[in-house]
Amino acid sequence: MKSKGKFGKYGGMFVPETLMPALEELERAFHTYKNDKTFNAELNDLLKTYAGRPTPLYHAKKLSAQCGCTIYLKREDLLHGGAHKTNNGLGQGLLAKRMGKKRLIAETGAGQHGFATALVGAYFGIPTEIYMGVEDIKRQHMNVLRMLLCGAKINPVSTGTGTLKEAINDALRDWITNIKTTYYVFGTVAGPHPYPTIVKHFQKIIGKETRQQILKAEERLPNAIIACVGGGSNAMGIFDAFKNDNTVRLIGVEPAGKGINTKFHGATLAKGKEGVFQGSLSYVLQNEEGQIQDTYSISAGLDYPGVGPEHAFLRDIKRAEYFSATDKEALEAFKLLSECEGIIPALESAHAIAYVLKMKKKKSDIIIINLSGRGDKDLYHACNALGIKGTYE
Amino acid sequence: MRAMHWELKEPMNRYKKALRKKNAFIPFTVVGDPDLKTSENMIRTMIDSGADALELGVAFTDPIADGSTIQKADDRVLKKQTKLNDVFSVVKNIRKYNNTIPIGLLIYYNLIYQRGIEKFYREAAHVGVDGVLVADLPIEEADLVLTAAKKADIAPIFIVAPTTTKERLHKILRHARGFVYVVSLLGVTGTRNHINPEVYKLLRLVRPKTKIPLCVGFGISKPEHVKILLSSGADGVIVGSAIVKLIEKNLSNKKKMIIEISSYVKKMKAATQ
Repeated sequence: MKSKGKFGKYGGMFVPETLMPALEELERAFHTYKNDKTFNAELNDLLKTYAGRPTPLYHAKKLSAQCGCTIYLKREDLLHGGAHKTNNGLGQGLLAKRMGKKRLIAETGAGQHGFATALVGAYFGIPTEIYMGVEDIKRQHMNVLRMLLCGAKINPVSTGTGTLKEAINDALRDWITNIKTTYYVFGTVAGPHPYPTIVKHFQKIIGKETRQQILKAEERLPNAIIACVGGGSNAMGIFDAFKNDNTVRLIGVEPAGKGINTKFHGATLAKGKEGVFQGSLSYVLQNEEGQIQDTYSISAGLDYPGVGPEHAFLRDIKRAEYFSATDKEALEAFKLLSECEGIIPALESAHAIAYVLKMKKKKSDIIIINLSGRGDKDLYHACNALGIKGTYE
Repeated sequence: MRAMHWELKEPMNRYKKALRKKNAFIPFTVVGDPDLKTSENMIRTMIDSGADALELGVAFTDPIADGSTIQKADDRVLKKQTKLNDVFSVVKNIRKYNNTIPIGLLIYYNLIYQRGIEKFYREAAHVGVDGVLVADLPIEEADLVLTAAKKADIAPIFIVAPTTTKERLHKILRHARGFVYVVSLLGVTGTRNHINPEVYKLLRLVRPKTKIPLCVGFGISKPEHVKILLSSGADGVIVGSAIVKLIEKNLSNKKKMIIEISSYVKKMKAATQ
């Protein structure tokens, strides 16, 4: 290994020995290709002509009026696939192709990363299998259908709460078993090194574009960047370009579910403590013995007891701040953005909007929200919770 | 604080003595499965039925190196609110029952991390543990554990897998004590019908590089597996999922559970001779 993948004390590689050579191989391939001209030209072309980059930075005027400051939305919801996950899917898919891997596997919570992997599998013609918890299959059924249409096989995971954590466990077990042929497309900036670094590398284009776009539109940097945090890939993707701009607040919003003082939330940085889980040292929701706790959130993509190690680091050094929004606040934001801007956000992204609605703001503030995904996948689940029926006599 | 004195007798030597005949049968069970009392009785039965060493699992919510059989056992144990202290109590009782059999713990790192690394090894040594294998701790991350294990005189046990490169093997063998846990296949724990032929190559690769015993685990369930592995250079075999399946099968009849496990251990031990 070139590096141990540490962010301060966080990160590292806490996996069974069987996986270590695969992580070494992956790190080697990543270092070979990340600065390779042909690789990057192919990836950039795909991002542009297939996925639709750059995504717009949209001045949300009605939302701004409602909030009493200037609000921009980074429109990752307009990316092909419906969320920022496609950036990472294409990057790692191309890496897998270069490494000569014959099979892709991935975990998914909301189904966005699963779909990003499925479309990449279809594009490159590599057989793809997706691990997804049975609870998430129910609440994100549209994405299940999209994955199936693109030819991916779904492996339902029924252990535990049947959500993202268990899907990752089973994907890791598959990888341990099929290590020679299979590439594991990890979906977030968590997991063992080199994944937090690789996923950030492919997601940091969000922040790079945003920085140029806001400087062009406002001729100054924003006061704050807000993004939702489950594992933390969209947040890390937009934070990275601003991390040396000390006047820009970087704010991550975790899922408070039914309230962070209940048992039903997924606010890892707020309520977790340092621990080793699914490959890295970071904050973890756990009991005093170190057993991992069940989580809850209305949003499948944020329903996870871990968080990327670099977020733990950014929090410790106070470069980023982390807050939370409840299910109820997220649903209200989901409805509000739809009504006032005609943009239906993913329930994940709705947490970021919810926090902006309640945070303290000044009139002169410029705030950028990373609208990480669109809400089509959540229509049934969210409308059900909001009491919107859509049936007529 | 150290009321008992047997734990001061270099526990690593228990491995040396028990494994020197090179035909060790090592059963595995998750401590507390199906409940603490039955589990302790079962471990005594294993010793009485011919076990040469013990591998005792500590249940974890997310055991990524384990297949569904052991994961279900972990779930059964955690459902009963079993704590690390309960595991230590069982080990302590077993150590009182038998002072020569080597006892190894198989555990995931977060449980050690939350206990406090030094504290965990000190407590483990105190109750009579001889070796600890941390399933999700590769040699690169093991510095703190190695120091604590050495201080407590506990053997750090490491896995080598068919994917382990020569460079990694070198690093691992420099620190491994007690025995080397040779993983027979690419995959997680669980019974398989056949022994993966890659393990013979792996045994040939590792054998000349270390003096400590080589014990093969993962996928072993039948007497013929034991015979072929021991005649191919293994010094011992570790059997887990096949035993846990007998627990799972007899959850409603604990007497029968213990009888079946006893005869299974006897049958497997007989295959080593």
